[in-house]
Amino acid sequence: MKKIFSRPKSLKDAPFHYCPGCGHSIAHRLICEVIDELDIRGIAIGVPPAGCAVLAYNYLDIDMIESPHGRGPAMATGIKRMLPDRVVFSYQGDGDLAAIGIAESFHAANRGENITVIFINNAVYGMTGGQLAPTTTMGQRTTTSPLGRTRELEGYPVQVCELLSGLRGTTYIERCAVNTPANIMKTRRAIKKAFEYQMDNKGFTLVEILSPCPTNWKMSSVEACKWISDVMTKEFPLGVMKDIPSAQEKKAVAAHD
Amino acid sequence: MNDKQLMAGNHVIGEAAIRAGCRFYAGYPITPQNELCEYMSEHIREVKGGVFIQSESEIAAVNMVAGAAASGARAMTSSSSPGISLKQEGISSMAASEIPALVVNIMRGGPGLGNIRPTQGDYFQATRGGGHGDYRTIVLAPTTCQEMADLTMDAFDLADRYRNPVVLLADGMMGQMMEPVVFKEPKPRNYSEAYMMRGAGSGKSQIIRGLILDQLELEEHNWKLARKYNIIRQNETRCELFQIDDAQVGIVAYGTAARVAKGAIKRMKGAGMNVGLFRPITLWPFPERELRKLSEKIKYFLVFEMNLGQMIDDVRLALQGFAEIGFFGRPGGVVPTPVELANIIDQRYFKKNGPISRG
Amino acid sequence: MMGYSLAHSAMTAGYHTTYLPSYGAEMRGGTANCTIAVADEEIASPISSEPDYLVVMNMPSLYTFQNKLTPGGALFINSSIVDARPSRQDIEVFAVPCGKIAESLGDIRASNIVMMGAFIRKTSLVTLDTYLRSLETIMGSKKKKAMEINTKALAAGYELLKIS
Repeated sequence: MKKIFSRPKSLKDAPFHYCPGCGHSIAHRLICEVIDELDIRGIAIGVPPAGCAVLAYNYLDIDMIESPHGRGPAMATGIKRMLPDRVVFSYQGDGDLAAIGIAESFHAANRGENITVIFINNAVYGMTGGQLAPTTTMGQRTTTSPLGRTRELEGYPVQVCELLSGLRGTTYIERCAVNTPANIMKTRRAIKKAFEYQMDNKGFTLVEILSPCPTNWKMSSVEACKWISDVMTKEFPLGVMKDIPSAQEKKAVAAHD
Repeated sequence: MNDKQLMAGNHVIGEAAIRAGCRFYAGYPITPQNELCEYMSEHIREVKGGVFIQSESEIAAVNMVAGAAASGARAMTSSSSPGISLKQEGISSMAASEIPALVVNIMRGGPGLGNIRPTQGDYFQATRGGGHGDYRTIVLAPTTCQEMADLTMDAFDLADRYRNPVVLLADGMMGQMMEPVVFKEPKPRNYSEAYMMRGAGSGKSQIIRGLILDQLELEEHNWKLARKYNIIRQNETRCELFQIDDAQVGIVAYGTAARVAKGAIKRMKGAGMNVGLFRPITLWPFPERELRKLSEKIKYFLVFEMNLGQMIDDVRLALQGFAEIGFFGRPGGVVPTPVELANIIDQRYFKKNGPISRG
Repeated sequence: MMGYSLAHSAMTAGYHTTYLPSYGAEMRGGTANCTIAVADEEIASPISSEPDYLVVMNMPSLYTFQNKLTPGGALFINSSIVDARPSRQDIEVFAVPCGKIAESLGDIRASNIVMMGAFIRKTSLVTLDTYLRSLETIMGSKKKKAMEINTKALAAGYELLKIS
């Protein structure tokens, strides 16, 4: 009998602690699949964040170093500069990247550090119990925006991909989601592309993943996946925001024709 | 190239660090340590693999250093007081994860932004850990440019030996001051590759972390760190004794204040007043036993600091009531003169007790 | 530059020395000052409460520092710029027309070296030769023309004090 589905080699044989329906498990698995496919387990170094995914090192069977809240891109910078031939990535949530660590993210991107950021956007602070995140959508109720996010009190959600795409230092930025099988496959391709670009020394790459948090959204898993399509993608449209190498390639092909 | 050179303290630290094998520096400009940042930007890149990053913040700098150090590089960052406050997050995290690195603090006036004059206001912050949690950093306090060179090299060795951040604590005057310096040969590095995070290769993957959710497991980790700190306390105290043998008064001072104290001691000796100096070189671990021993002969100690009185707490703990302790300090960036200090000692002690020789 | 070169030559001559510049906000615009200590033994404080020698190159510095000079000390004034003289009677005063002499040698920027010539003549802290070697080390071997003028300027300052 042909085996068509199994645990990626670089994913540890450990039960996830994540809530049912959480997107982290899917994202972890996708990263591990790509690591296996590119055969980079031995040279990959991951920097998990403070937040739900702080325990990512219990699941990913690669070298991992925990970073203080928000400082993943700074720590990844230090590692990558010392070990330029390793594949270094930070794994960050919305609070980690877009609130407390916005300076580190912004400047690592602006320097064009040859690292990859996997950005999990679930529109709330998960680990601390569902408080307002910088990416909480307009009108969304959280434990610290009980009446819903408003322009007057909390301002607008931070659109990380759009923000960082404007920096000349960034190479490849794509927003994906893990709410449907098709979107999951797109996310996998995006992670692979980001790692490949890094291995080709192309510079800063970021994959944003809209990820369900049924527990804090107070929804069922199915409702959460639908909410991503119906609400989140309106604030955070999916797609490639920036892909310099691919654009250059197209240009070169066009010039050749 | 081991000739005597006339160099400013900030440059001396940079040069000594590079010679000691420092290959990663990240920092953010702040007076009075800018020259160190500038020196590294020019010279660390002259060495193969040497990396300099002017970071977006002190916080980013210290975390970059943590990353570089975790990957196996000798790494350092430097700043001055307000910037060191920002770095505490990373220092605490490195202490938790047992990552070796050098943090240089060229102290300036505080609290808050304070001013850019030399002070010793960060003694508590440096010697008590500085950030959150139960941890310590080794703190080295040089007093001359030559000692800045020597201790910078030693700092990297100590950081490696104990897998712990080390703080080099100097002040604005020492950063700016020029003195002749001869750089010693650094020792070959002795740091196991097992501690370096460089990718799992074909082996087992490793984790460097400070988050330990289980309280018993975290307790054990804390005890493990405590055992390490105790070994450091046993083995690494350093101090200098200056004209202490026939002294009636012992000044306790470090760094720039210790230099002023030496000036005062020389003046007083000329006037027949015997005063000596106990100068801690390691502020943590504080050389308690060495100071305590002096109290067998000396019954009056004057703690002299460029702050409101911080090291005096450690002096009290060390002397345990076996001698009288006085304090003289000037905060805010004032460097007292030897004359000023001599007058204080004269008033506080000799005017009352006279320069009587003990018999 | 004057202070650094003096400290450097004192080091070359085998003395203990410290050089402490003014720094920070003061450094950017306004007057600058520095303190050099030279001794046979280890130098305690690099800050001097009562310097033995004081060199002032402009008016503000004269007003700021004149009272710090130790009684019996020597004050060197750049008399090309500074008209005033201290009111103190307990010090020796040397007025050196640095600017004028340097200008006559072709470069007013050598004023400070003229002053150093006079200073060395009075103090005998280092020899002219040692000082020139330090100056060359500091400036690098490329600046031959500047060194020529500096050599002349140093000699001129030295001779000036000898004559008077």
